Amino acid sequence: MSTNDFPSNAGTVIIGAGIVGSSLAGELAERGRDDILLIDKGPLSDPGGSTGHASNFIFPVEHSKDMTQLTSDSRDIYREFDTFTNSGGIEVARTEERMAELKRRVVSAKSFGEEAELLTPEEVEELVPYVNTDIIKGGFYSKGAGTCDPLRAGELYRQQAKDKDALSTAANTEVTDLHVENGEIQAVETDKGTVQADEVIIAAGLWSPKIADMAGVDIPLSPAVHQMVSVGPIDRFEDGEGEINYPVIRDMDTQMYERQHGNDMEVGSYEHRPILWDVDDVPSIEESPLSPTQPPLTEDAFEDSMQHALEIIPDVLDDPDAGIRHSIDGLLSVTPDGHPLLGPIPEVDGLWSCAAIWIKEAPAIAREVSKWMTKGHPDIDIVAHDHVARFDEYGETEEFVKSRGYEGYQKIYGIVHPREQWQSVRPLRTSAFYHRQQELDAEFFEAGGWERPRWFESNADLVEKYEDEIEGLRRPNEWDSRWWSEIILGEHLHLRDNVGMIGDTGFGIFDIIGSDAEENMERICVAPMDLDVDSSVYTAVLAPNGGFVSDLTVARLGENHYRVITGGAHAGQDKTWFSDHLEGDSELIGRSSELCTLGVWGPDAEELMNSIAEEEMTADSFDFAEMKDVTIGAVDAKAFRISYVGEFGWEIYAPMDQGQRLWDTIYEAGQEYDIRPVGTGVYGETGRMEKSYRLMGAELEIDYTPAEAGLTLHGVKDADFIGKEAYAEGIEEENSATLCTLSVTDHAPDGGERRFMTGGEPVLDQDGNVLIDDEGRRSYVTSAGTGPSVGKHLLMAYLPQEYATEGEELQVEYFGQQYPVEVEVAGNGGVFDPNNDRLFRNEY
Amino acid sequence: MEVLTAIKRVPETGAKIVLTEDKLDIDTSSLGFTFSPHEECAVEEGVQLVEEHGGNVTVLTLGEEDATEQLRSAIAMGADDGILLESDEDRGPAGTAKAIADAASDADFDLLLFGNESADTANHQVGVRVAEQLGLPCVTGIKDLDVTDGTVTARREIPGGSEVYEVDLPAVVTVKEGLNEPRYPSMRAKMQARKASVEHDEPAAYDEGLELLELEVPESDDSPAEVLGESPDAADDAVDVLEDLEVL
Repeated sequence: MSTNDFPSNAGTVIIGAGIVGSSLAGELAERGRDDILLIDKGPLSDPGGSTGHASNFIFPVEHSKDMTQLTSDSRDIYREFDTFTNSGGIEVARTEERMAELKRRVVSAKSFGEEAELLTPEEVEELVPYVNTDIIKGGFYSKGAGTCDPLRAGELYRQQAKDKDALSTAANTEVTDLHVENGEIQAVETDKGTVQADEVIIAAGLWSPKIADMAGVDIPLSPAVHQMVSVGPIDRFEDGEGEINYPVIRDMDTQMYERQHGNDMEVGSYEHRPILWDVDDVPSIEESPLSPTQPPLTEDAFEDSMQHALEIIPDVLDDPDAGIRHSIDGLLSVTPDGHPLLGPIPEVDGLWSCAAIWIKEAPAIAREVSKWMTKGHPDIDIVAHDHVARFDEYGETEEFVKSRGYEGYQKIYGIVHPREQWQSVRPLRTSAFYHRQQELDAEFFEAGGWERPRWFESNADLVEKYEDEIEGLRRPNEWDSRWWSEIILGEHLHLRDNVGMIGDTGFGIFDIIGSDAEENMERICVAPMDLDVDSSVYTAVLAPNGGFVSDLTVARLGENHYRVITGGAHAGQDKTWFSDHLEGDSELIGRSSELCTLGVWGPDAEELMNSIAEEEMTADSFDFAEMKDVTIGAVDAKAFRISYVGEFGWEIYAPMDQGQRLWDTIYEAGQEYDIRPVGTGVYGETGRMEKSYRLMGAELEIDYTPAEAGLTLHGVKDADFIGKEAYAEGIEEENSATLCTLSVTDHAPDGGERRFMTGGEPVLDQDGNVLIDDEGRRSYVTSAGTGPSVGKHLLMAYLPQEYATEGEELQVEYFGQQYPVEVEVAGNGGVFDPNNDRLFRNEY
Repeated sequence: MEVLTAIKRVPETGAKIVLTEDKLDIDTSSLGFTFSPHEECAVEEGVQLVEEHGGNVTVLTLGEEDATEQLRSAIAMGADDGILLESDEDRGPAGTAKAIADAASDADFDLLLFGNESADTANHQVGVRVAEQLGLPCVTGIKDLDVTDGTVTARREIPGGSEVYEVDLPAVVTVKEGLNEPRYPSMRAKMQARKASVEHDEPAAYDEGLELLELEVPESDDSPAEVLGESPDAADDAVDVLEDLEVL
């Protein structure tokens, strides 16, 4: 396209022609978008972003099912384009701790369906003869790893879209502004002209925040340096047959990799101190000797990396004739939680983000985002953890992004515990109870930016009190007990025997108000929404294909007024979904920061609350799921009779500014009942697991239907709703899998240390084969947690139908060892109090 | 033989040069630093001569502390010693040459190698001035060099041929890119160079009598580039353009 041809209109504008933008162009064209304009300020095919200098290797094993799938799918796409070389890859361990982590990675590979095995140092040497086996304990071999060519793949994607006559490209064209009117994207202004657009996707890599800012919105990422050098010529590589002849080596303990290509060895490092850039300091293409994202190597930061590279492959690198021929501080993007930033940007209709994506997962992410754009949802769950809207009402300031980016950088090759907590910029969001909880020595975890107590050190006496019950559930292994405390078990047992108060449960809360509120709620939610005022219902929210978008509670506060209560970490995603699907007269108003929530549950909850509330607060005066106005001491609040721990009691919602008063009133009156503050260790784990309550993003996800999750309790209502057809079919059809609750029957089958799984482990049959259902879905542990009242360590997993029978004996694999487990509950229903006598206040 | 090579720390710029607000310097906030290809050849030549004849290569620069980065790069290429003539004065070619000649006069160098001109100011003067002050013979613009029995044979290209000089050592030679192929330092050499000690000397103050008033970036050709296409389909358009230009 010459400058004169710059179009004045386009259906879809993609900003950024790296691998992400180019893949998007191809995938959107594949799904019927036929008027796409792809803009980049740089030339094609290498416009100067991170795609042009990435190391391009694909290591297909992750501790996350979604990321493993996206990487595997991307590899397939690169392969289809003939831009993938399957060299294999080996992660080597220098320490015992890392060797244990490699075992864990083999287990994750098994869970999520990627080939992997552990190697002895000798076996590593057989595959890569130049590795110094004297300093390694062993390796993790991923046969399916390899190297791709994203620039070529991008070209082919663009060509594909052009062949369909769906794409025009505008290279060397700089975006100077985004036009937004009434919350809708209108046009993209560039130095070559202005193009009106129906939808705009920001796929501009580390420049994305700058482009987003033009529309007055945030894409929270920061450019960060990844140092790389290339050393050559290396004699032993001279006679190699192809460009790549040896597996990639990842020297995990030093956070480095070594990759042979041609007669060079590329040495890359994440070991150096994190070096974060301001996007405004990234030079222009003209100002850059190499490219804007390849500033010169910061040599002092690379010193240790050189030492470590010489240690691990001395035969190749410690050669005076092999010189450092190329060296850069390669710039890439880091985000506050290490996840990509995808999806519709909540504040501006028609504006999408597709940023902070690694080469190894880019084409598949682009494919899923293109599905999201064209049919309303992706087929791989990139919503729960990767939606740009997860930073709702927080997390977009420069200090937050930089601090978390700095912290997260060190986790890229790190050993990250599944419960590991972020340390920087805390506390950020504190509820009205925060100071009281601090006084009681709360150990805070963070969710959705909120500080939430996981347990209270002040409850340490409960461990002694319940010594007999806890004895068999202690976790002697350091990994199993990291970010965990026995106090959680004590708090749990105390709550089941007496009464506990849990606050703040960190909910996302928003109201839907307007004369079309009921109609909208009916269309969005699975459960019937013709509720009586003051009543509530737990409901699934589905995508058109019947997969889960969310599970949440809806209360009707007035004729035209609904309140939606959802998980704090999922609030932004849900708000965006509701807001995007509202029609007619309905408005969405966020309440998360103005309301605090205090749960009071346990056998003494009724007597306690009835003694301090102005109104009657008893099982007789409150139906289950009823939400009513109450006055507790001096505080007007709403009490909601519901529970996520399976006990009688209420969630009490009060204005945030009166939360401390509410806490004090209940805590003081509760002393008579030995009320204890209880953390989310009980709320989110032990209490929930004993009741087999499902968690969004763990059990509830796009791969499984409500029928398989056991959440079709409402049947199929008459009113139309999103996903109805698939939902109804799911009920009719025989399930391929059923969500089950299992218990571990032997924690030390080899007679060694008793181990307690943390989640993500594969479920195996008696012969050690991973269970796979008719649809090819592999069984793995979706959640794990101890049930102190039942004296068992509990796991949830989807099992193929033929195994979903109570009493079925199976196995799970954890750190390379197999453990016997038994199906406790197949489908819905708790291991503890299966008839819900406690919840419904029946005699028990 | 004892060889001295002199190098100059300069910013590694892209196509477009950005000046600082006061227009007295180049904005180097996102740039790295290097020394010029001519000087890389000088260092490489010195290292090769010493590999052949024995002796030492000393690399010297004039500038602030951060110029030791370039000395270390030269040491990583094989130079034995580094000397920083530490000065924060803005010196022109006369002051620079004076400082280098003063430093060189203390030692017995057989051969002093300079880049033909610096990468930033390109005054073509320092080597010649050093030779003049030290009373040494000097040849410039050299692309081929050989040392035998106390004599340096140096060749420079001229239009239509070349000139060859024989000069007795000690001598000053200024060289040009193409003299040799400078080596890339190995990782081990790079690491050792980072730990090598660098001698710091202070040159005597010098009043050049020159003041930099302002830098100016020359007008660039902003005529728009036109992308003719991305595939072989663009060949016809490319041929048309070449025909328009009458090169076909």
